[in-house]
Amino acid sequence: MSLSPVIASLTRHKLTALLLVVQVSLTCAIVCNVAFMIAHRTSQLRQPSGVVEDELVMVDSDNLDDNAQSLVRHKADIAALSAITGVKSVAAVDALPFNGNDWSNGISLAPNVTSKITATAYNGTSGEIAALGLHLVEGRDFQSNEYIPIDTAHDWAGIDHVAVTIVTRALADQLFPGQDPLGKIIYPGNGPVRIIGVVDHLARPHTHDGAQNEYATLFPLLPDGNDVTYVLRTSAQDRDRVLKEASQVLNRLDDNRILRHPQTFSQLRADYFHRSRTMISLLLAAAGGLLLVTALGIAGLASFWVQQRKRSIGIRRAVGATRRDILRYFQNENFLIVSAGIVFGSLLAYALNLALMEHYEQPRLPLSYLGIGALSLWLLGQLAVLGPALRAAAVPPVVATRAT
Amino acid sequence: MFGYYLLLATYSLKRSRVITVLMILAIGLGIGASMTMITVLHVMSGDPLPDRSAQLYVPLIDPMPVSNDTKSKNTTPEADVTWVDAMNLLHDARAERQTAMAAASLPVRPQQSNLRPFFENGHYVTADFFPMFGTAFRAGSGWTAQDDAEHARVVVLNTELNRKLFGDASGIGRTVRLKNTDFRVVGVLDNWNPQPVFYTRIDDRAFGSTDQFFLPLQTAQELGFDFHGRFACWGDGGDNRTSDHCTWLQFWVQLSDAKKARAYGDYLADYWHDQQTHGRFPRPVNPQLYGLMDWLVSQHVVPDDLRLQMWLAIGFLGVCMINIVGLLLAKFLRRSGEISVRRALGARKRDIFLQLGIESAVIGLAGGTLGLMLAEFGLWTVRQRPDGYAKLAQMDPTMLLATFALAIVASVLAGLLPAWRACHVTPALQLKTQ
Repeated sequence: MSLSPVIASLTRHKLTALLLVVQVSLTCAIVCNVAFMIAHRTSQLRQPSGVVEDELVMVDSDNLDDNAQSLVRHKADIAALSAITGVKSVAAVDALPFNGNDWSNGISLAPNVTSKITATAYNGTSGEIAALGLHLVEGRDFQSNEYIPIDTAHDWAGIDHVAVTIVTRALADQLFPGQDPLGKIIYPGNGPVRIIGVVDHLARPHTHDGAQNEYATLFPLLPDGNDVTYVLRTSAQDRDRVLKEASQVLNRLDDNRILRHPQTFSQLRADYFHRSRTMISLLLAAAGGLLLVTALGIAGLASFWVQQRKRSIGIRRAVGATRRDILRYFQNENFLIVSAGIVFGSLLAYALNLALMEHYEQPRLPLSYLGIGALSLWLLGQLAVLGPALRAAAVPPVVATRAT
Repeated sequence: MFGYYLLLATYSLKRSRVITVLMILAIGLGIGASMTMITVLHVMSGDPLPDRSAQLYVPLIDPMPVSNDTKSKNTTPEADVTWVDAMNLLHDARAERQTAMAAASLPVRPQQSNLRPFFENGHYVTADFFPMFGTAFRAGSGWTAQDDAEHARVVVLNTELNRKLFGDASGIGRTVRLKNTDFRVVGVLDNWNPQPVFYTRIDDRAFGSTDQFFLPLQTAQELGFDFHGRFACWGDGGDNRTSDHCTWLQFWVQLSDAKKARAYGDYLADYWHDQQTHGRFPRPVNPQLYGLMDWLVSQHVVPDDLRLQMWLAIGFLGVCMINIVGLLLAKFLRRSGEISVRRALGARKRDIFLQLGIESAVIGLAGGTLGLMLAEFGLWTVRQRPDGYAKLAQMDPTMLLATFALAIVASVLAGLLPAWRACHVTPALQLKTQ
């Protein structure tokens, strides 16, 4: 069927048709960008931390005794915590993925050179890798004679004296692309540090974009400040009990301390991404609302037009048009309007994306989102117009003989 | 005539009930969503110190090496200063008042045996902090510059911590043990809690947190107390807090007029030049002064996500409006016959316009009322968020009026075009085609 009668008829409703085109194009532009944002945020939400998330619980301990020997204290605490039934391993650490406690250092490949690459330093007692369940894919774990204190009292000077490190795959690939990172020397502080191992994943305490999210170094540096985080690895079903017992055990051992943030890793993750989840649900609601309003607009307008053209439909039927022809007519009309909307909408989507890139550091909109947006709007349009179009097709030819 | 048109409008709206309900829903949802987000942004962009903010400035001097340049053009300005620069600026005292500070979180150890030690947030500040920000005292006062110089062991408490430790009596003259040191209480603030907490680093805790104690900065430094916040170092030679290549302090100055602000800018430029002769501040001289409100904007005190949510809501309202314009237009034009008969019988264009305008105003009013209810509901959901700003999300009279105004304007705008278009229907042409 030729589209020319459809177009001819639309020119009689220029303003209304134009409004519908504007509405469809706005919806297209917003929904494409919103869909892209949803995808971006969902991928952030799914970032692997690298640790065995459903087996970890932790508690922060702040010692109030100033004369305490922190290293001795931590050792005693760890021994007591390890004795809790169901605990597989324990470590005292200074940072964890998503806990916001970020100590980042510039990583250079030569001494006294400023580097643009920064990586988080994760420090902890021996057994940290086993306790967190990190996957050592190359090299070896630290040996007990490699551990030295962080030296909190002297502005964490331990970083200048540590000899070895285990880095993430992401950092190794960035520093030594295409090379074997084992045995290579990096300078996170003043002194040279040799890479002895590589873990596949370990996210930083704050999320970063892309590969930077996993720029992390593990050092055999023992936390020796008043505050420390104890990480306990246990089985998923024992977590709540172990968490409760851990606080009791620590307070029984020495209650001259403040215990804070007892939580499972799952809780930590859920809290960290709470805002993202709110944002994703709001974006979903906005996209859904827009599509719904546009569908209702299309359906409403179509049903007005069907009522208005009842007589002409009757005449067409009387002179031989089938129900199918009438149905097709309205479907084609809708297709034309929505297509025009999509063309303008695509341009608008890119304009909007440019504005977002300027003000919100949003990446460039991939072309595929326009395709998905266009498809869903075509589908939506056809669905919305189906009801009124079917009603139009049901108009009997005899209407032609009646006055309106 | 007005009553008659109103009657006609209700008849007409009842005739296509589903469409009418949908139009009211659409405008209600659009207005509800927009007003929720506009209200949230409105309360978050408020002035934390309305009577003083015009005199308060953050000086920006950049001691970083040239090579530390970040490529992104959207970087937020950094105003943290090093210990050395903070002490120099304090010592020179070229502003009417100036203060350096750092955020703190310390264990409080109550003398009462029934209270366990607990952590409390506070700030290490210098003497001018209190008069400069006009902190209201319930009892006592701040400390003096001499106390700063002598590293006095004094503390100013906020109401809540004072109540926790000393009940309803003021704790003036009594002792508070923070971490491992006793401090004498010299002042108790009267629930001083500006929102956002503008003087500290602006992050996602800028709203909702309160500082419960204030200690002299030099004292805290002498005692080696930890501070909270960002500690950025460059170059090498030890990451010491008192070193000249680690920024971690915030600095504020009070300058009562533009002339003094200019003079202070000149002083900063001189300071920069002077430091260059000592081999520091390698970047080209470019000191800046941010006023308090400008500073908050530059630090994204309103999170980007919220701004985005507002634009999304406004976009949604826009699409809803276009939707309603289209539907009303189609509806009015369908009644061309009826309009033509009325015109032929002597109704003027403006009578038709009034009649149709009233019909769209009815939809707008109903939609606006619904929108108001939805906005109240939306704000309630915002208050359920765990973020610090959540509690602020309340509708004030201004925003209430604005919501109604928006509803009326939106509906009249939406109705205007269709009504105008419909009253230009040519009666003769329409009657002839019938």
